[in-house]
Amino acid sequence: MPGLILLKNGRVIDPVNGIDQIQDVLIVDGRISAVAPPGTLSEQPGGLVFELDGKWVVPGLIDMHVHLREPGQEYKETIETGTRAAAAGGFTAVAAMPNTKPVNDNQTVTVFILAKAAKAGFAKVYPVGAISSGSKGDHLAEFGELRQAGVVAVTDDGLPVGNSQLMRRALEYAGDHDLLVISHAEEMTLSHSGAMNDGPLATRLGLRGIPHIAEEIMVYRDLALAEFTGRPIHIAHVSTRESLALIRRAKEKGVAVTAESAPHYFTLTEMAVDGYNTLAKMNPPLRTEADVAAVREALRDGTLDAIATDHAPHSELDKDMEFDLAANGIIGLETAVPLTLQLVRENQLDARRMVELLSVNPARILGVDGGSLSVGAPADIAVIDPEKKFVFSEESIQSKSRNSPFLGWEMQGKAVLTIMDGRITWQEPISS
Amino acid sequence: MDSEYRFSHKHILGLADLSAEDIQVVLQTADSFKEISSRSIKKVPTLRGKTIINFFFEPSTRTRLSFEVAAKRMSADTFNISNSGSSTVKGETLIDTARNLAAMNPDCIILRHPRSGAARLLADHIDASVINAGDGTHEHPSQGLLDLMTVREAKGGIAGLKIAIIGDIAHSRVAHSNIIGFSKMGASVTVSGPATLIPPGIEELGAQVSRTVMEAVDGADVIMALRIQKERQQDPLFPSLREYAKFFGVSHKVVAAAKPDAIIMHPGPINRGVELDPKVADGTRSVILEQVTNGVAVRMALIYLIMGGD
Repeated sequence: MPGLILLKNGRVIDPVNGIDQIQDVLIVDGRISAVAPPGTLSEQPGGLVFELDGKWVVPGLIDMHVHLREPGQEYKETIETGTRAAAAGGFTAVAAMPNTKPVNDNQTVTVFILAKAAKAGFAKVYPVGAISSGSKGDHLAEFGELRQAGVVAVTDDGLPVGNSQLMRRALEYAGDHDLLVISHAEEMTLSHSGAMNDGPLATRLGLRGIPHIAEEIMVYRDLALAEFTGRPIHIAHVSTRESLALIRRAKEKGVAVTAESAPHYFTLTEMAVDGYNTLAKMNPPLRTEADVAAVREALRDGTLDAIATDHAPHSELDKDMEFDLAANGIIGLETAVPLTLQLVRENQLDARRMVELLSVNPARILGVDGGSLSVGAPADIAVIDPEKKFVFSEESIQSKSRNSPFLGWEMQGKAVLTIMDGRITWQEPISS
Repeated sequence: MDSEYRFSHKHILGLADLSAEDIQVVLQTADSFKEISSRSIKKVPTLRGKTIINFFFEPSTRTRLSFEVAAKRMSADTFNISNSGSSTVKGETLIDTARNLAAMNPDCIILRHPRSGAARLLADHIDASVINAGDGTHEHPSQGLLDLMTVREAKGGIAGLKIAIIGDIAHSRVAHSNIIGFSKMGASVTVSGPATLIPPGIEELGAQVSRTVMEAVDGADVIMALRIQKERQQDPLFPSLREYAKFFGVSHKVVAAAKPDAIIMHPGPINRGVELDPKVADGTRSVILEQVTNGVAVRMALIYLIMGGD
């Protein structure tokens, strides 16, 4: 039963309400009761009090792109372990991609996911439904029933919608049910059986390359379809400079497009793959320095709206093998905060922009609660210690899987207290 | 040679890992071993009691036999496993199969595998030495070394030569190892073939790219034709073998554009009449069979250097 929590002397960063200053925050019965100057809120008997000098108090982070693997691949992750990893990373909500087994293309799967998430209680889970039945790309899934069951968006993520007519109809029909369409942009005949970014390194390693145009051609198609249908589209995991240029141009024209990228695309280049490191194998693949610079620029200038991790747990069974055969994807929930804070430390982003990218904008794009510390709003809060240093190690990981290219990295910045609906979902020792 | 020098490699995974000095030592060692194969008793006791496993996931006649002959001439015990007979067909992973082989304490595993990086993966997981006998489209170091040996024999040296490699550069591990090896030893390497078979960034391995075959072979000391895999027609990388032969095959006309004493090489097996005109393959300038002979000597040298070199 959530009770009273008083967060004292933290730096409250709440872009929606225009706040970036030292404030106290009072939580009563799962909701934000007051945000006021330090010392003006009296401690209540029986309540919890946290002294948060030097810590950031921000709206709970929202990762709009995660794979929780349940149902079907519980050996990689479950809704419980995945949301626990989310809480440990400062996230109070995640959007769960539909490529489970079976695919979330029907209300039964959606209801199952929501029930599991409620039972686990570590983070809000917003299920994302499939665009096509079985994500096979043939005909539309039942958007209406999916929406009624609790789906907030649709995508065939993991696979592109190759059929342009189907994508057009998905955009049109999603409007009837107020669903966002998320595009996994990949032209499969160009990326076909590629294992990493196309270029000199792929040539040297003898690996088949995925050229950047495989993403950009599909980004262009989906922007054109969004403009043509007048329906909003969200472009997932943008990885290339030219994709960002296309999105920027579309935004200037007034196309209703939003876009996300992931921490690995602004932190790593394809060089992480050298030595056949399957922990750096993902789709879209890690690209070049120029692409990393472009992603950083797009996070600053608003071309990108959100940072989403594309948290993709895989076990050793999927990763310890020949590079060609290894699964795509890395876990991301527990490294998003320190990797994004690195951009803040390098003056690439300011703190306010970081909160917009990780909380405010994902809430707005998905049309869900959260993203602010408004009085009366559900108390979804992350307390971040921007100074806390730690080594990202296998032992520290809360996810069921360990597939990260950041293992062994010295990180700075960590969620030390995560609160969802007024309940503490993650807590670690808070330095004074 | 620097008296401090020591061949210190446990594995031979690619020519990218070897220095010019290392390559020099392999070639010199191979030169001295070559004579063994021409004796009436073709065997020395150097590696008696050593165990070598030939672990071949792809069909291979020449390379596998060459490694086996090399090992036996050094008196090592050899064992052969092929894909169809191995437990990977029963669903065992490469790493598990390798660990099981390693548990029988071999000194060296020679791996041929269709996936790039497979030899490295094996080396990372077992104690025995690993020799890469071709991994995917990555490298085929013993082939590169035997080609270097053959050119050195024919030309008296490698530095300053012009090497023209013609054909499917993108999918050829032989081309990759040769580009790296020849450029490390001071030769200039020019590649040519259909644009669809020239991979991006091949220049970074040390090759120059010529738009036409005639330009590539102009003034060349060595012409190396690469095998065209017939299934590439479907990919779609070129229209037909007929058209390939006409525009990219190594014919007398092509050879005439090279130096008068240029030699003709091919890693085999040859598609006669496709990448190589039969008359060129069998002509006086062809050193294709010499390549095969040298293959045994180079492999004897590699096995010796990584296992018995001290």
